[in-house]
Amino acid sequence: MKDFADIYGRLDAATSTKYKQQVIGRFLKAAIAEPARWADAAWTVYFLSGGKPRQLIPTKTLRQLALDLTGLPEWLFEESYQNVGDLAETISLLLPKPGNVQELGLTRWLDERLLPARNLPDEARLEGLKTWIETLPDTQRLAFFKLVTGSLRIGVSKLSVVQALSETCGVDAKIMAQRMMGYTQASRQLTAQDFADLIAPSNGTEQDTKASGQPMPFFLAHAFSGTVEDMASRLGAPENWLIEWKFDGIRAQFVHRAGQSWIWSRGEDLVSDSYPDLQILQDFIPEGTVLDGELVVVEPNARHEQRESVENIQSFALLQQRLGRKVLSAKLLSELPVALICYDILEFEGQDWRERPQFERRALLEQVIKTAHEKAESRRQNLPLRLSPQLFGSTWGELATLRQNARAIGAEGMMLKAGKSAYGIGRRKVDDTDVWWKWKLDPMSVDAVLIYAQRGHGRRATLYSDYTFAVWTDDTPGRILTPFAKAYSGLTDEEMKQVDAIIRKTTRESFGPVRSVTPTLVFELGFEGIAKSKRHKSGIAVRFPRMLRWRKDKTVDDADTLASLHALLPQENP
Amino acid sequence: MDLIVPTAKGLFCPPGQFYIDPWQPVERAIITHGHSDHARRGMARYLCHTQSVAILQKRLGDISVTGVEYGVETTINGVTVSLHPAGHVLGSAQIRVEYRGEIWVASGDYKLEDDGTCAPFEPIRCHAFISESTFGLPIYQWRDPKLVHAEINAWWQANAAAGRASIMQAYGLGKAQRILKHLDPAIGPIICHGAVEPMNEVYRAGGVELPATHFAAQITDKAALARAFIIAPPSAAGSPWARRFGDYSDAFASGWMQIRGRRRQRGVDQGFVLSDHADWPGLLSAIAATGAERVFATHGSTATLSRYLREKGLDARPIETQYGEDDDDVVAETVAAP
Repeated sequence: MKDFADIYGRLDAATSTKYKQQVIGRFLKAAIAEPARWADAAWTVYFLSGGKPRQLIPTKTLRQLALDLTGLPEWLFEESYQNVGDLAETISLLLPKPGNVQELGLTRWLDERLLPARNLPDEARLEGLKTWIETLPDTQRLAFFKLVTGSLRIGVSKLSVVQALSETCGVDAKIMAQRMMGYTQASRQLTAQDFADLIAPSNGTEQDTKASGQPMPFFLAHAFSGTVEDMASRLGAPENWLIEWKFDGIRAQFVHRAGQSWIWSRGEDLVSDSYPDLQILQDFIPEGTVLDGELVVVEPNARHEQRESVENIQSFALLQQRLGRKVLSAKLLSELPVALICYDILEFEGQDWRERPQFERRALLEQVIKTAHEKAESRRQNLPLRLSPQLFGSTWGELATLRQNARAIGAEGMMLKAGKSAYGIGRRKVDDTDVWWKWKLDPMSVDAVLIYAQRGHGRRATLYSDYTFAVWTDDTPGRILTPFAKAYSGLTDEEMKQVDAIIRKTTRESFGPVRSVTPTLVFELGFEGIAKSKRHKSGIAVRFPRMLRWRKDKTVDDADTLASLHALLPQENP
Repeated sequence: MDLIVPTAKGLFCPPGQFYIDPWQPVERAIITHGHSDHARRGMARYLCHTQSVAILQKRLGDISVTGVEYGVETTINGVTVSLHPAGHVLGSAQIRVEYRGEIWVASGDYKLEDDGTCAPFEPIRCHAFISESTFGLPIYQWRDPKLVHAEINAWWQANAAAGRASIMQAYGLGKAQRILKHLDPAIGPIICHGAVEPMNEVYRAGGVELPATHFAAQITDKAALARAFIIAPPSAAGSPWARRFGDYSDAFASGWMQIRGRRRQRGVDQGFVLSDHADWPGLLSAIAATGAERVFATHGSTATLSRYLREKGLDARPIETQYGEDDDDVVAETVAAP
């Protein structure tokens, strides 16, 4: 734990990305020289790259631990937490000095204590934790609690770890990214061998040797924010681009190798078990294939013969009901079936296709999906597999008009993919014409009233920066404000300070960390999607809400009503 | 009867007809210490500790001020008044007020450790204690300041070895001299900003030994500048004044640096946790040592501290003052350059 606390502290204190890279590099170099540390290093790389073992210690237990060890009343613990804005940090500041300190390596912490503790009853886990904490040096506390709460927040990305590994080991960054795919899965139990595999010299044949379910690093898009008039000069003619809808689901890869298939989400988590409905794909897609696509929920009994159809795709809100479910009932699977809308093909017949031009990959993809469907039809199977429709327009203006239909079919806008481009790694960009662009619709918006405020986290812990917004129920005289969304982004630091001051002055009541305020502030609230919701009081759920503008020119009475929100709902399918 | 009551102008002693650290002009003000939120302009007469006199004069100009030593009793309209060390900055005092057998103490700002630059805090038995509560949350527990001073020297040493200057942001009165006192002058030259040096002079005149200091303009050798430790008020950070030092690392020393979010907000390379205010255990032990049954909490986490004390059986409540303004506020020094 000492080494981990040390690198955590250094990275946390560092302000420049370059320096962080050096810190990681130095750590790796020192670790490589000492094989006895490889297991610890394997875990360190895991945590630095954003790995989070599932539910190491429940938050509830951590709070109880802090209360028991400090003897503080609960309200005082909560108040401390509100001031610090981070649970791990709060606990490490509050705990009394340790007794006899004892050093224990990261791997032993995990293997002997934390991972087995997941299977203990709550009481025993709490007692165990207390004994361990008493011997943990106080300089290692913060790193330890950060690790168990699963949010390091030190501004290190997986990509920077990949780069540091690549430089330190002299292995090409692409190959290193490949080795790191799936490394941060929640269920990993790492050993020295995992680190040895990461740092092994490249033998040049690596691409062919993987018979595993490793996915490919996802290629990500840049946001296109130029005007339609600029597009021709910046991007050239539309025919040089593969243009598709930007569906609003979960980006995923389907990997079929050596008689087995895997589904990976963009977070590089293995999610095969959550989508048994897609198991069937492996009977129709040949081995040695990797497909990149979007997971969406479709209507029950939706048929997929029309491979490029955009019919029956359900809202993201319904997909959310499938996420994070431990038990998938037959009812859930039949009510909320998923399908994969394919964008790209990355591997075919065991060959890496990523360097081939986009248009060439598209042609192959069409072929693969056509074959799969023909095979399925001959067996009278309904294959939950679609091809992302290719969109055409002679001018960008024409495409902009077409883009207006995005919401009606459950898309957020369009994707523009350079026809000549390779499938890169991460958010890579060569120039404007060799890249993936996401060309989203402007967000929907309403004018809403700020009614509750809560302090932020981290550097915003001193400011009321997280707000709940409401709209009027209707236009009648007795109308009331009904909350429908929370948002915390979109304001400048200066605006946030001003809003914070107004919140402090107009507070009506405080309930723990939350203040209710006399409604005076109106904001234009933007969001990407809207759907009906039974769980929300307003009956509406919005996606990615954020503040677009502070409407100082509007009074609370001018704010929008529920009817304005309802008008934004997509038309029901007849 | 309440010997000290909050009023619109400040803490007021009705039988004595004087104010303690008032924020609006009054006839007679007793001042706990020289920080700008406690010692304000516009009072007809000031009373403070002898070591605060020069500080008040430096800041407020030509004022009518009387200095008294610690422990010396003065009678004002039948009320016995005496000043006792608060350990906050040079000349800082708790104000003890006694009338008809009732004793009240107003703490001003205080800390319990002896920092070597001012008389250390002395607990005074009283019936009612008006305590500051700047750091009135259990997340604030200071480490041994000796360790912090050692870290500051180590930071300076490392910077000097790497050929870059070390700029420490610190308030001109108190924090600056406390840091200065424990610097190791063998590492390199020490430079103080024009807002800091006048207070160094007051400290030296008050008998506090401090290492030799220079103004920036006095050091022309570039190599020496690269080894220098510079103490400047936060307002000078990032200013043209700071640019003359070329490549530098900066730091801030304050109790607020205990919190990671505050460190990051501050945007300095290093945050050292060093405060001239009592931490949570310090507040609790100081309050216990007074034996007071009634406690009033001013500026800071007033509601939190009061609630905690009430749950421990004391009659405690927050009172509104204009010290420190908000819980987030740190008092900036406004000493003009000479």
